[in-house]
Amino acid sequence: MLYRENGQFKTSYRADLQIFPIVQDRWAILALVVAAFVLVPMVASDYMFRAILIPFLILSLAALGVNILVGYCGQISLGSGAFMAVGAYAAYNCLIRIDGIPMVAAILLGGVFATLVGIVFGIPSLRVRGLYLAVATLAAQFFCDWAFLRVKWFTNYTPSGSVSVSNLNLFGWRVETPAERYLFCLGFLVIFALLAKNLVRSAIGREWMAIRDMDVAAAVIGIRPMYAKLSAFAVSSFIVGVAGALWGFVYLGAWEPAAFSVDRSFQLLFMVIIGGLGSIMGSFFGAAFIVVLPIFLNQALPAVGDLVGVPISTAGISHAEFIIFGALIVWFLIVEPHGLARLWAVGKQKLRLWPFPH
Amino acid sequence: MKFRNVVLAAAMVAAAASSALTTGAYAQQQEQFFPVLVYRTGAYAPNGVPFANGYVDYLKLVNANGGINGVKVSFEECETGYATDRGVECYERLKGKGGGATVFQPLSTGITFALTEKAPGDKIPLITAGYGRSESTDGNVFKWNFPLTGTYWDAADVLLQHVSKKEGGWDKLKGKKIALVYHDSPYGKEPIPLLEERAKMHGYQLQLLPVAHPGVEQKATWQQIRGNRPDYVFLWGWGVMNSTALKEAQATGYPRDKMYGVWWAGAEPDVKDVGDGARGYNALALQHGAEPNSKVVKDVLEKVHGKGQGTGPKEEVGQVLYMRGLIAAMLGVEGVKRAQERFGKGKWMSPEQVRWGLENLALDQKKLDALGFAGVMRPISTSCADHRGSTWARVHTWDGKQWKFSSDWYQSDDAIIKPMIKQAADRYAAEKKLDRRNAADCQS
Repeated sequence: MLYRENGQFKTSYRADLQIFPIVQDRWAILALVVAAFVLVPMVASDYMFRAILIPFLILSLAALGVNILVGYCGQISLGSGAFMAVGAYAAYNCLIRIDGIPMVAAILLGGVFATLVGIVFGIPSLRVRGLYLAVATLAAQFFCDWAFLRVKWFTNYTPSGSVSVSNLNLFGWRVETPAERYLFCLGFLVIFALLAKNLVRSAIGREWMAIRDMDVAAAVIGIRPMYAKLSAFAVSSFIVGVAGALWGFVYLGAWEPAAFSVDRSFQLLFMVIIGGLGSIMGSFFGAAFIVVLPIFLNQALPAVGDLVGVPISTAGISHAEFIIFGALIVWFLIVEPHGLARLWAVGKQKLRLWPFPH
Repeated sequence: MKFRNVVLAAAMVAAAASSALTTGAYAQQQEQFFPVLVYRTGAYAPNGVPFANGYVDYLKLVNANGGINGVKVSFEECETGYATDRGVECYERLKGKGGGATVFQPLSTGITFALTEKAPGDKIPLITAGYGRSESTDGNVFKWNFPLTGTYWDAADVLLQHVSKKEGGWDKLKGKKIALVYHDSPYGKEPIPLLEERAKMHGYQLQLLPVAHPGVEQKATWQQIRGNRPDYVFLWGWGVMNSTALKEAQATGYPRDKMYGVWWAGAEPDVKDVGDGARGYNALALQHGAEPNSKVVKDVLEKVHGKGQGTGPKEEVGQVLYMRGLIAAMLGVEGVKRAQERFGKGKWMSPEQVRWGLENLALDQKKLDALGFAGVMRPISTSCADHRGSTWARVHTWDGKQWKFSSDWYQSDDAIIKPMIKQAADRYAAEKKLDRRNAADCQS
């Protein structure tokens, strides 16, 4: 009843091109953003911030970046973890080597360096596609793992190869409490999500999608594959690099290359696939699914066990978590291969017809 | 569809309700809460499980003996899988429980690094018994870190002392080749500065041979060893990497008695699968080895396992890693006990008070004997400047069936290590813009 667009007429191209053409959507999203900025910091506990919300925000951002490359441009990448690592280490190096650099500038510079590396490793995409490209980008992962473990300059010659960042501040505002860190990450995410959404609606986004759907046909109608593919790699690695810098700076505080191992790449790819390929919304769903669900299961299972009087051992919980998590992934992909974002869209469509479906 | 929703909703409500119940129970009684970060799954589980069992069993033993001067101990395990981000999540989840977690023992160098940044803000002490970052010995900079019983630098130093003694003096090491086969992570890299420092002094050649996580791929490494024929191999491995290294050594024909592991590489799970192939392999014992005959083990068997409340198999009680967990828990409990001496016996201690206790730990032989640790370990006493408390270690050797001590006690050479600690700690302080603690802060 409420979710109906009757009487909403678009009388200009501008109105027709809005991100959320339906008024209800617009207000809902606005309310969500306001709630995220105002309400959540008031009610959430420290644990919620530090263990769930912050990683969720940062990995959403990373998934957003991966989605641009994999979902919109169709270039399967297994090197996202590496680009995160580049972002984190480059930002760290900017911070310690350039005197007086603001932290945001360091984080963005981390993204810039990730862009450069992303473009270099994107070059093979001009020749190979699909699984072959996936394996080629895996090389980025191995190379970066190697570089950050071996080249001591990157880690500022720390004996153990682990680097740390503290005293985060944003133009004098010390980003210290969990709520502040959350807001800091949220700011990044909102800005980048808006930019990404607009990018994929613009000419360049359409070029990416054309390349994804059929690159030969795209080339025939005048889209330059090299430009489209490399720009997708560039934009994607920039966002992923910024997410990596945030992951190191804000979430972990101290990290080693293992924090950005190939597991992270897989995790990001799963987020995009489960969330929904080629959907900005899907990146958030995917990140929530992958980040929050294991933690929820980890805490809910013992509680459920207590309820029925069966104490579950730590190892048991861990194994059960993997089993349930895996089963859910399979179930979701069978029920809706286009991911959670598609389920969301179907739900919205149903709502528009409710209570009189065809 | 509807039925499924109902079931899901019911499950959620049930979970929420039961967790609310348990938190309510926590609020009523003031127990000393010990978070237990463990990894019972994943690549390092074979070594993580005995440690966790020992840790938990000791806490159960404390309760069986009436708690810490009457204050009962509660604990909760959290699985990290050795992953830093999961470890951080566990830390965040457990740090506020029971009025504040008594002490965290991260059980992974990576998690230690991440928590080192967080602990000062939350005012919770970290014990890294025998691992962690070596420079955190300097309590003037690392107020909240306690690498009790020694660090990797002590470990490396003692191994070198043992080797030099075998060779007949430090000068005999000149021109010798020592290879370090290490886990390619902060953990594996920790001993390198000390080994390099000693190499400069004594003129041996140090070869660094990294092995990638989890450590099953070592063919190339041992090819290099076959080619170079180092006089000694130091093994800084963990989990499956250790047994793989021993098997590769066997295949390469490298003498096992020339191999020396750090204490993470010197427990039963590392050598059991290799069996006879590991005979003669040595490893460092930072204080203790396998101690099935110690009094504390008998206590555990009687008061915990005897009551059917034991964690893990009875046969593993007293093995090397089990003892490591036991001692780690004991150190935490003793920190609380010491804090009670100052802030009030029989009272619940806040993490901040426990920190004071750990910093003024005075575990002399008498106390150790009373706790049942006679012969297991040496006294430990900490201070504001020294958060490590002990520099003693031994070497033990696998005879094909069990670990047996094959050396006397050694003490690491503080003339070399102290300046290194100071330098690294100063560097850390400069990077973080921290001031060294003053005398007044040491009293707090």
